[in-house]
Amino acid sequence: MATFKEFRNNIKPNWCPGCGDFSVQAAIQRAAANVGLEPEQLAVISGIGCSGRISGYINAYGLHGIHGRALPIAQGVKLANRELTVIASGGDGDGFAIGMGHTIHAIRRNINITYIVMDNQIYGLTKGQTSPRSAEGFKTKSTPEGSIESALSPLELALSSGATFVAQSFSSDLKQLTALIEEGIKHEGFSLINVFSPCVTFNKVNTYDWFKENITNLDTVEGYDSSNRIQAMTKLMETGGLLTGLIYQNKERKSYEDLVPGFRKEALAGQNPEITAEQFNQLVAEFR
Amino acid sequence: MISQLSWKIGGQQGEGVESTDRIFSTALNRLGYYLYGYRHFSSRIKGGHTNNKIRISTSPIRAISDDLDILVAFDQESIDLNAHELCQDGVIVADAKFNPTVPEGSSAKLFAVPITAIAEELGTSLMKNMVASGASWALLGLPLEVFNKAVEEEFGRKGQAIVDKNVEAVKRGAEYVLELAGGPLERFKLEPADGKEKLFMIGNDAIGLGAVAAGCRIMSAYPITPASEIMEYLIKKLPKFGGTVVQTEDEIAAITMAIGANYAGVRTMTASAGPGLSLMMEAIGLAGMTETPVVIVDTQRGGPSTGLPTKQEQSDINALIYGTHGEIPKIVLAPSSIEECFYDTIQAFNLAEKYQVPVILATDLQLSLGKQSCELLDYSKIVIDRGTLVDEVPEREDGSLFKRYELTENGVSPRVIPGVKNGIHHVTGVEHDESGRPSESPVNRQKMMDKRLGKLDKIQVDNPIHVQAPHQNPDLLIVGMGSTGGTIDQARERLEDEGITTNHITVRLMHPFPVEEIQPYLEQAKQVVVLENNATGQLAGLIKLNAGYSDKLVNMLKYDGTPFLPSEVYSKCLDVHSQAALEKQSGELVKHGNF
Ligand SMILES: Cc1ncc(C[n+]2csc(CCOP(=O)(O)OP(=O)(O)O)c2C)c(N)n1
Ligand code: SF4
Ligand SMILES: [Mg+2]
Repeated sequence: MATFKEFRNNIKPNWCPGCGDFSVQAAIQRAAANVGLEPEQLAVISGIGCSGRISGYINAYGLHGIHGRALPIAQGVKLANRELTVIASGGDGDGFAIGMGHTIHAIRRNINITYIVMDNQIYGLTKGQTSPRSAEGFKTKSTPEGSIESALSPLELALSSGATFVAQSFSSDLKQLTALIEEGIKHEGFSLINVFSPCVTFNKVNTYDWFKENITNLDTVEGYDSSNRIQAMTKLMETGGLLTGLIYQNKERKSYEDLVPGFRKEALAGQNPEITAEQFNQLVAEFR
Repeated sequence: MISQLSWKIGGQQGEGVESTDRIFSTALNRLGYYLYGYRHFSSRIKGGHTNNKIRISTSPIRAISDDLDILVAFDQESIDLNAHELCQDGVIVADAKFNPTVPEGSSAKLFAVPITAIAEELGTSLMKNMVASGASWALLGLPLEVFNKAVEEEFGRKGQAIVDKNVEAVKRGAEYVLELAGGPLERFKLEPADGKEKLFMIGNDAIGLGAVAAGCRIMSAYPITPASEIMEYLIKKLPKFGGTVVQTEDEIAAITMAIGANYAGVRTMTASAGPGLSLMMEAIGLAGMTETPVVIVDTQRGGPSTGLPTKQEQSDINALIYGTHGEIPKIVLAPSSIEECFYDTIQAFNLAEKYQVPVILATDLQLSLGKQSCELLDYSKIVIDRGTLVDEVPEREDGSLFKRYELTENGVSPRVIPGVKNGIHHVTGVEHDESGRPSESPVNRQKMMDKRLGKLDKIQVDNPIHVQAPHQNPDLLIVGMGSTGGTIDQARERLEDEGITTNHITVRLMHPFPVEEIQPYLEQAKQVVVLENNATGQLAGLIKLNAGYSDKLVNMLKYDGTPFLPSEVYSKCLDVHSQAALEKQSGELVKHGNF
C-alpha cells in the first residue's frame, strides 16, 4: 500500500512561503494514502489560480484545466472511469465566481467526486483583486474603497442546492482537514470541502490569526448532528459561515452514477467500444 | 408515368404535419423510392404555419425541388402561402372543414376532403394525419397494403384496436378522395421504384448512429436547435451500450466534461450550434494544447447571436477554423450527405485519437434536419482506430514521469489514461515539457508549438473533396459544401443542356484546407463559382487564402435563411457565364456582384 510520500513528486510548488495551499496539498496526499489508494488510482483535476497549480504537485494523474472548469472536467473523468478517485480543486474565484454555475450543478448532479476549494477570500494569482468571498468593505486592488457587494455563502448555497456532503476546514488544522478529505472521498456522491487557506501575500485581513480567533470548530460542539440539514443551515448562519468540521452529510441519496440506468461499476474506459453486426442491424432497423 | 413528384403538407405547428409526413414517407421508403425532405418551421412550439415538403423520385436525389405537385392543407393559410409553388396541373387536398378556396390566378385542382370530420367520427381529431396521408397515397395509386403495414408498425405498440382505427382512417381518406377525383390521378402515376432497401433518416440521426458505431459512450451537451436530435438519439441508445448522456448546465460544461471523459479514455462527444460553439472556444483551445481528443458537432444555423435559429446557414466556418485564442491544430470536417454524416462521425473519432486534436464536424440545418433516403450503411466499414493509446506502461528505473508529450517524428506522442500504472504524467493548458510539467523555456516552447501544429501536416482524411469533373476545361467550376451538393448537380443538368460545361467540387475538409486536391480543378476552370449560405463568402475566402485564383472566383451567396433552389443556382450561373462572355467580347472588366 502506498504511503503519503508516494503521492509526492519532485516538483517544488511556486506558492509563497506560508501560503495555506501547502497544507491542502499535504492533506490530500495523506488522505489518499490513508484511504488506501495507489497514486495511479487518483486523478486530481484543478482550475486556474495559485491554488489550481495543486494538481502538478501531487504524484497522481492530474489535469490543470481552464479557469472555473475543474468541476465539469472532473465529472467527465469520473463518468469515464468510476474506479478512479477523482478530486477537483481550485480557488474561491475559480469555484464561486467564474465557475459558480458548475459548482451548483455539480452539487445537484451528485457525481461521486470530492471538490476541495482553497478559499482565501481573494484572487491570488492575478495579484489581489476582490473575490466573491471577500467581505463587504474589504479593500483590494479592484475595490480600493472597499467592496460594495455582499460576500457569497457557498455552504448555505450548497445546502439549499441539495448537497449531500458539506464540510469546511482550515489550513492550520491538518488533522481535521485530512480526516474530512478522507470522509469526502469515501462519501458516495459529491462532497464539497471548503478550506480557509490564507493568502499571506494579498489578504492582510483574513489571516491565520484572524481565522483562529473567529472559527467555531464543530468537533468541539456537543450534540451536533451532521445529518440534520436545518441545523446545519442554522449553525452556518449563526457563525457567519466561520464554521469548520463536517457540517452536513446525507448518506441516503444515491450518486448520479448509481441512478443512471444500466451504468456499470466497472470503468467505462475499460469496455470494448465496438458494436456487433447484430447490434448494428438493430440500430439501423428503425430507419427502414 | 413520371419519375418524380413533389408533395407538401402544411398546417399549424403541432397539429400533425410532422406525423402525416412521417407516415406517408416511411411507406414510400418501403417501396424503395428515393426521398428528400425539407422542413419549414418557425421557432414557435405550437401554432404558427409550418410545412414539410418531400420530393419523391425513382433515382437518387439530394435537393429540394422548385415546384410542387400535391399540396395537402390543414388550413387556408397553408394554401395561401404555398399554392404559388404548385405546377399548372397541381392538386390541393384540403380539409373541407375550413371551406378551402383556391387563390386567384392558380390553376390548381382542389379536392376538399372532410379530414377533421372523418377523424372525429372515428374517435379523435388526432387521426387527421392518417386521413390526409391516406388520401395522398390513394391519389398516387400506390398499393394500400404497404401503407397499412407502415401504420401497423407505427401503432403496433398501442394495440390492435388503435391500429385498426388508423387503418380505417387511411381507408376513408383514400376512398373519399378517389370518389372526388374519379380514381387515382394518371398524371401522378409514379414509375415503380427499384425496390432496393434504403434508410430514411435525418443527418442528426446518422451522426448519433455513427457515434454509437464509433464507440462513443458518453455525450455531454446542452439543448439547442438544430443539434438536439443528436442528444435525444443518444439518450435512447447509449444506455444499451453501457454509456450515458449528461445534459449539462451549459456548453462550457458540455465541452469540458467531454474533454475530461476523453482524457480518461472514453470516446465522448458534444454537439451544439453557433451560440454553443462560441461558448466552447476556450475549452477547444485546452483540448488542442493538452492534445486531448474530442469530437464536437456544430449544426450550423442562421447567425450571428440568436440569428435565425431555425433556418439554414453555413456561416460558422471561419469561427470554427480560427476560433480559440492562440494557435492550435484542429480538424474541421463538413459532411455533405446522410451517409457522410454517419461515416464522418466515425472518422472524426478516429482522427481525434490518431492526431490527439479536437475535431469539429460541421453540418448545416438542412443536412441535420432534412429527412433523406440513404443507401444502406455498411457495417464492415466501421473501423475504430485509437491511435497511440497504450494500456500498459513498463516501469521506469529512474522514477521519472511518463512522457505524454514525447517529441516524436510525426508529433504524435504515446497516450495513456488515468488508472494505468507507471503512466503518471501531468496535463496542463500551461506550456509544458514532454512530461507535461509547466515550462517557460523558449527552446521548449518552440519545440512544443512546432510539435502540435505540425501534427496535421500529413493528415489523411477520406475524400477531403468530392469531385465531379467530366470536363477538362469547364466554363464553370461550382464549389460548395454541406447540404448544397444535390442542388448544384440539379442546376448543372440544366446548364449542360444550355451548352455550358460545368464541374462540381464539394469541399469536405474545411481545415486543414485540401489545397493540393482542389488546386488542379481551379486551374482548369475558366470561372469558379463558390456557392455558400452566408453573407461574406467564407469558403471562397478559404480558397483565395490557400490557393489563390481571386480573379476567377465569383461568390454566390444566399443568407436569407432558406436553402438554394436549383432554379436559383441555374439562373445565377447563367448570369456569371454570360457576364464572362461579355467581358471577353468587350475586353473590359465587368464587376461581379455578390448574389
Ligand atoms: C477565462 C479567464 N479569465 C481570467 C483569467 C485570469 N485569472 C487567473 S486566476 C484568476 C483568479 C484567481 O483567484 P482564485 O480562483 O481565488 O485562485 P487563487 O489564485 O486565489 O488561488 C483569474 C481572474 C483566466 N485565467 N481565465
Ligand atoms: S499569492 Fe497568496 S494564494 Fe498565491 S501563492 Fe502567494 S500566498 Fe498563496
Ligand atoms: Mg482565491
